[in-house]
Parts: sequence; structure tokens; C-alpha cells
Amino acid sequence: MAASEKGIGKIIFSSSLGTLIEWYDFYIFGMLAKTISVQFFPAGNSTAALLSTLAIFAAGFLVRPFGALVFGRLGDLVGRKYTFLLTLVLMGGSTFLIGLVPGYKSIGIAAPLLVLLLRLIQGLALGGEYGGAATYVAEHAPAHRRGYFTAWIQTTATLGLFVALGIILLIKTNMSDAAFTAEWGGWRYPFWISILLVGVSIYIRLKMSESPLYAALKKEGTTSVNPIKESFGHKANFKMVLLALFGAVMGQGVIWYTSQFYAQSFLENVVKLEFMQNREILLWAIGLATPFFLFFGWLSDKIGRKWIMLTGMLLGVIFYRPIFGEMLKDANAKEWATQHDKKKELSLERSAVKSDTSFNLKTGLLIINHKDEDWEFDGNKFNEKKSDTLMPAEGVTMFAPISVMIDSTQFFVKEVTDVKPVYSNIQLNNSLKWKFIFLVWVMIIFVTMAYGPIAAFLVELFPTKIRYTSMSLPYHIGNGVFGGLVPFIATLLATTFTTDPLVGLWYPIGVAALCFVIGALYLTNKKDKDVND
Amino acid sequence: MGLVWILLAPVIIFFLVKSAVHNISSGGTKDINQPVPWIIIITIFTPIAIGLMIFGWYAFKGEYDKLPESSEELN
Repeated sequence: MAASEKGIGKIIFSSSLGTLIEWYDFYIFGMLAKTISVQFFPAGNSTAALLSTLAIFAAGFLVRPFGALVFGRLGDLVGRKYTFLLTLVLMGGSTFLIGLVPGYKSIGIAAPLLVLLLRLIQGLALGGEYGGAATYVAEHAPAHRRGYFTAWIQTTATLGLFVALGIILLIKTNMSDAAFTAEWGGWRYPFWISILLVGVSIYIRLKMSESPLYAALKKEGTTSVNPIKESFGHKANFKMVLLALFGAVMGQGVIWYTSQFYAQSFLENVVKLEFMQNREILLWAIGLATPFFLFFGWLSDKIGRKWIMLTGMLLGVIFYRPIFGEMLKDANAKEWATQHDKKKELSLERSAVKSDTSFNLKTGLLIINHKDEDWEFDGNKFNEKKSDTLMPAEGVTMFAPISVMIDSTQFFVKEVTDVKPVYSNIQLNNSLKWKFIFLVWVMIIFVTMAYGPIAAFLVELFPTKIRYTSMSLPYHIGNGVFGGLVPFIATLLATTFTTDPLVGLWYPIGVAALCFVIGALYLTNKKDKDVND
Repeated sequence: MGLVWILLAPVIIFFLVKSAVHNISSGGTKDINQPVPWIIIITIFTPIAIGLMIFGWYAFKGEYDKLPESSEELN
């Protein structure tokens, strides 16, 4: 049943291209979330805020698993080819239409409602795409190379992120911020580009034939009548769905999300790296790590899937905190500023000292906000913002007039509290930048280990007639729910335990550790040579 | 170990509900202060936690000691 070497190349290309485009479509919404929220979900409007929350949470958590069920069922009933063609059309169409919806300023509440609806269709389509593509390739692949061939599908999620990052950066660097964020500005281009990509992919996919294993079942009349009931209603199969979720996909989902998305958000919001450099680091790390999906897929054909996936999870458990901690320690603008006091004339330069100050009265105190200052130390650039709080002297109840107060602080002010300076827009020097690329690359290697062989593993776990349904649901719960919850739980932990900036990592570490234990105890390392049944 | 997985499920739901009650606040601006994400998360996590209990029960009964080697064993 396996396709020829040339034939499998075409199958992989056409399946992977469509899946890559679906991931691209799904990511650009998240990456442009800030601009999108300004255009469609304005602050201060409670209905728009509610719709925004639904767009973020419902699309990933509720609709993706639901899409897995709907399209999984369809794929097992009518075939793989037409189902994942349909998901591609839905995804491409909804992405393109998001780019055409006028802003809130033009059509009011209809704008966020339309965007929410289209985002939900995106989630639904994504839920149906992956299982189809992985199944389709696996059912064409020879048994001894199934891991390697399906690993091409596994590269698409990361490459989709790469393409989305690249296209947004390209557009952003070629226009002003105002032109990019305008109502009909550059932020819409990535959505419009999608229709071209999808058009090409649909053309290619239309030329594909049905999976040979599924076609054989169809010919024999032995396809499933009710795949959802067979997948989850039959104890023997449901048992395997649970094992796939808790022993493999749950851990893989958090590793995948933490290494790629949480790393990016951590570098931007905690380390305070400058926007463009943050993206550049991620692009390099992804580009250099992507071939390892294929390597670990290939290796899984030789030594089995189980221990490669579990090792990726274990490495995440062991090394996440040291790696994130190292990045936080290295980009230490506070330390650089302290060094300045020690060696003023050496390399630290105050490049743009602005002496203006602004004032505001807050809770009865006068707060002086010094204007931002840009600094450079050993080739590292950063911005420092300081503010002083003036405490009133006894008997002084008001700080007015301010000008008098500033000129005569000794009469009116009891003490001046120098508030902790805030550092931002950190641009690392070349050697530190490459160190960060290496650290992010290492974390993406964990992803390639956990994620590279998993398509082959899932395909081998379930029989042909209910494969699409059975593997899609645990995959999207593992990735969409467990992985997608990383930022939410990280915020929850950071709010509860305020002293540890790395506390958010305990969630992915905990889930990956639990998954490692379950996987080590119950999974088998045996490869299923025959997926024809 | 099956019992551990069975007990873990209600513990997870308890902590989710407890965290929701603790963090939902009308004055907060973060996602964790809004009721909608919590409703979605608890709604989706409850069946997952029940799944973990069922998984624990199967594990406790030794049903994963020997995994099926062909699809016929799944039918």
C-alpha cells in the first residue's frame, strides 16, 4: 500500500503545505492580537472586552477539540482527502475575511462579533486539519519510514510560526508604525496574503488521491458507521485515547507551547527585550532547530517513539528553570546601570539624556516622572525610566503650587523616595544575542523530540476506520487545552507567588513530569508495523 | 499508581474552583480576574479530570499491563 519514493514526496509536500498554511493563519491572529484588539475590541467597552476574551479562550480551548470531533468524524466517514480540503477552505476563507472586516470605529459592535465568529471558524478548522494530514501521510508511508515521513507534518506547526513571524516582521520593517496600525493598515496584509497561499494549496490538494488504506476500507464497505461512538464508546479504544492524552500528548503540548510561545512572551514581558530583537532570536532558533523534527522522526523509526518523546519532556522538566533563569540573569539592565556608577568613564554612555520632567499628584503624593533615558553598556542598549515620590512634610497637606514646591523642597518635603527604575527595550550585544538564540534553540530541540515522532505514534495507536477521530481529539486537548493554558496559569501563579519571576514555569514542568511518569509506566516502545488494519 | 491518578482528578478540579473564586474580581484587569475564562476552563477541564479518573481506574485494574498489538483487539 505504501507509495513510491517520488509519490510520497508529492504527498508529503501537498499535505504539509496546507497544514503549514493553516498554522500560519491561526498564529497571525495571536501575533497581531494587540493591533486587532485596538481595531475590533476597544478598551472601555465591556461587550467588546467579553467578545475579545471569548475569541482568545473559546477558539483554542473549546472549538479546537470540537473541530477535532466534527472533522475527525467526517474524515472517517467520507474520507481524508475531502475533509482536510474542507478545513483548508474554511481556515483560509475565515482568515482572509478577518482582514476585510472594517474596524469598530466604522461598524461598531458588528466588528468584534464578526471577528469572533471568524476566529471560531479558524479554531474549528484547525481542529480538523492536523489529524487528517498526519493520517493521510502515515497511511501512504512504508512502515519502516513512517516516523520520518510524518515528521514532515510535524515541522509545519513550527514553520507556520516561522512564516507568520517573518511576514509580519517584513511588513512592519517596511512601513511606519502609524501606517501599520491604521484601520486599513499593514496589519491586514498577512490576512490577505493567506488567500494566495490557500489558493495554491487547494489547487495542489485537489490533485491528490484518497488514502489507499481508507479507499480499501471504503471498497470493502468496512468503514465506520459511527466513528465517535466507536472511538469513545468502546472501552478498548477509549482506553487508548486516554493513554494517548495523559501519557504523551499532554506533556508534548506544554513543552511545545513553553519552548516557543512562552519563551517569546517571557523575553518580551519579563526580560524586556526589544520587539524586533526578540522576534529575531526566535526566528533563528526555529530555523536552526526545525531539521531536528525530521531527525527525531527518522530516529524513532530505528529505536522506537516512546523514549524519544519522553526524553524531550524530561529535558524540559529538568532544564526549563535553569534556562529561563539564565536569560533573566544575563539581560540584567539593573546590573548594567549599577556598573555605570563603578566605572563611569569606561563604556557606559548616556546617549539621550532628557532632563524634562512631568508631574502628577497621586494619593496625596507628588510623583516626578523623569523622562526616559537610553543607555548603552558593553554594547547592550536599554531604556531606563525613573520616578521620584516626594513625601509631604508634617503639616503640609497639598503640593501646590508645584513649581514653588520643586524650588523649595526643603520646606515642604519630608523625604524623597527614589522609586525603583523600570528598564525596557533591551537590545543585547551580539554575543549575548547568540547565547539567547542558543538557549531558545535548546528549548525547541526539546519540542522536536517530544513532537517529531508523535504523529507516527498516534497513527499506530488506532485502527484505520476510526483513526482520524481517535487521534485528533487527544491531540487538540493536549496542545490546545494543556499547551494553550500555559500563559493563563503562568499569570495565575505569578499573581499568587510574587517573589519568584520563574514561578509560571511550574505549570508546564508539573504537567510534563506527570506525563513522563504516566508515559514511562504505561506506553510501549513497540512500533506497529501494520497500520492497514 | 492507578489510585494516584484517581485522586489527582478531584484535587485538580478543587484547586481550579478555589483559584477561580479567589481571583475573580470586578476590579481586576487581567484574564484571571474575569469570570468567562474560568467558566470555559472549568467546563473543559471537568471532563478531562473525569477522564483522568477513568484512566486511573483502568490502570488500577491492570488494563494497561498488556497493550493491544492489533486493531482486532480494539474491536
